[in-house]
Amino acid sequence: MNAISPTLAKMHGRKVTVHYGSKQALFDVDLDVPERMVTALIGPSGCGKSTFLRCLNRMNDVIDGCKVGGEITLDGQDIYDTKLDVVMLRARIGMVFQKPNPFPKSIYDNVAYGPRIHGMASTKGELDEIVRASLEKAGLWKEVKERLDQPGTGLSGGQQQRLCIARAIAVSPEVILMDEPCSALDPIATAKIEELIDELRENFTIVIVTHSMQQAARVSQKTAFFHLGQLIEWGDTEQIFTSPKDERTQGYITGRFG
Amino acid sequence: MSEMAQPATGIKRPDLSQKRIRGRYAAERRFKLYGQLAVGLAIAMLAVLLISVCSKGYSAFYRTEIALDVMLDPAVITPDGKSDAETLGAADYQGLIKEALKTAFPDVTSRGDRKNLYNLVSNGAGNTVRQAVLANPSLIGSTQRFWVVAADDMDMLAKGFIKRDLPEGERVVSDTQIAWYDKLDESGQLRTAFNAVFFSAGDSREPEQAGILGALMGSIFTMLVTVLLALPLGVMSAIYLEEFAPKNRITEIIEVNINNLAAVPSIVFGLLGLAVLLGVFGLPRSAPLVGGMVLALMTLPTIIIATRAALKAVPPSIREAAYGIGASPLQVVSHHVLPLATPGIMTGAIIGLARALGESAPLLMIGMVAFIVDVPHGPTDPATVLPVQIYLWADSPERAFIEKTSAGIMVLLAFLISMNAIAIFVRRKFERRW
Repeated sequence: MNAISPTLAKMHGRKVTVHYGSKQALFDVDLDVPERMVTALIGPSGCGKSTFLRCLNRMNDVIDGCKVGGEITLDGQDIYDTKLDVVMLRARIGMVFQKPNPFPKSIYDNVAYGPRIHGMASTKGELDEIVRASLEKAGLWKEVKERLDQPGTGLSGGQQQRLCIARAIAVSPEVILMDEPCSALDPIATAKIEELIDELRENFTIVIVTHSMQQAARVSQKTAFFHLGQLIEWGDTEQIFTSPKDERTQGYITGRFG
Repeated sequence: MSEMAQPATGIKRPDLSQKRIRGRYAAERRFKLYGQLAVGLAIAMLAVLLISVCSKGYSAFYRTEIALDVMLDPAVITPDGKSDAETLGAADYQGLIKEALKTAFPDVTSRGDRKNLYNLVSNGAGNTVRQAVLANPSLIGSTQRFWVVAADDMDMLAKGFIKRDLPEGERVVSDTQIAWYDKLDESGQLRTAFNAVFFSAGDSREPEQAGILGALMGSIFTMLVTVLLALPLGVMSAIYLEEFAPKNRITEIIEVNINNLAAVPSIVFGLLGLAVLLGVFGLPRSAPLVGGMVLALMTLPTIIIATRAALKAVPPSIREAAYGIGASPLQVVSHHVLPLATPGIMTGAIIGLARALGESAPLLMIGMVAFIVDVPHGPTDPATVLPVQIYLWADSPERAFIEKTSAGIMVLLAFLISMNAIAIFVRRKFERRW
């Protein structure tokens, strides 16, 4: 395996295992997430890629009967350390979900919610600035600046997803996790999100789960292929798509199974 | 490959015949008809109930009054010359009314007849005169015409509930009283007026002086105590159980017990209140405070179950979204889950409270069935509640209490409707799309 040097990687996973009750969903996954790059997790349905993603910000804690083993670090610090505050962790590692899930509040409040609960703005002006900057970074500002007080749920699907991205980046996370962010969107909205991901790479470390291999090829620099709860292969995206080492990877990306 | 080559005859195709389509349409029509029948029946029964209550009860909202020329005799009102409020208030105005009746019917002389004559007016009629004198003491010494409240029997006669064609021995008013009544009627000394006393007085043994306000205030205080106890306790318990408590055997046992409590007969809660609240803690008898506590106990399971269902119905994506940007569990609940669950919580709470409002059995146990004349001014004053008042009046022998009973039911229904209206208002305010 072509492990990159630990100093470059933002997050490390070592021998990560996940059990849902008595069923094991992940087997000894070793994966590094390099800083300021897009890492794509691909694989057939049920292969454990979403499960791994949710380990990275401990979203699995919310699920009853889910047990995570092994070690995951963020900047060298174990995120499953009992002394670590999970709320602060999630403020550093944002998440965008498969289905757009804006709060049933105004567009402004959707973006302002994170900065508010984390005490990031002391005045209304500061908060306005954060909201504007986040919406601009998410490429949504021009479309919504006239109607910030209207419900976020009234936007189109693609706009809602970009609103969710704006909401995630409003708290200035170091890492953004995206769980199939385009699966509920049409091709035009998908293209916009992909463009956005490419821009966000400059400032954020991104991990994206996707079912679309074209998407992985387009947006990511690193790709990891999961199969049946195991990490089969990972490396530079170009290498994975042009000369995969494992024949299962080869089979999946050429469409022979999956 | 040989199967593929078989002719299509072996493949079962859907049966597209008209007969099947007609059958399906007929089944749908029948189902719709059953539904309409059920709704129609329910509406009809409700209408019968409402019409029967209203048609029996509306007559309680007006009353018969008799005009009398009362000589405000200074010798009776101010016997020792003093005209302070206390003396004026304590005078025998009922006696003046009797004098006025004697003057109006000078040919009535025997003791028995006089007693019958005095029974034309309510024995609370003196109050009308007292209030007039207290408001304007300069009237003393003059003769004034007052409209005083008729006795309940006269009122019933006026409203046609006492049949004149019955033999004298079988009705409560005598032939002579009917004659006096007719004479008053001919000379224009009878009128019907709005029965304000019904809305401003507590209970009374005399139907024409009995009002619903005592019971209404009792119900309001009881409901206040119930809401203040049951709503926060129920909602907090439900939030803890649903969002924070670990899912283990203990919480499962608690859940089963809460569901059981919801089905316990209400009288049991009344006995509990009697034994514990009155017996052990020595709280006052007949008080809305205790009634409210007992009803809160009864309402708690309903509110907890409804709140948990409402919390469960909040889409998990909203929770995930909030957790995903680093909201703490408490922030997730208070900022996102609770506002979205509020409409459901309100619905559950109002169902529980409506049941508590209509409850009488547990309150009988803690003494709220007592005959209480004074309108309560606080949750510790002795009081009764609307359903118990209805029960008490329904149990009274006087004919005039029949219309009071129905009128009491109308007031109870109005109370319920306004409570539901508040709930719908709150629900609309919090209802949001997601």
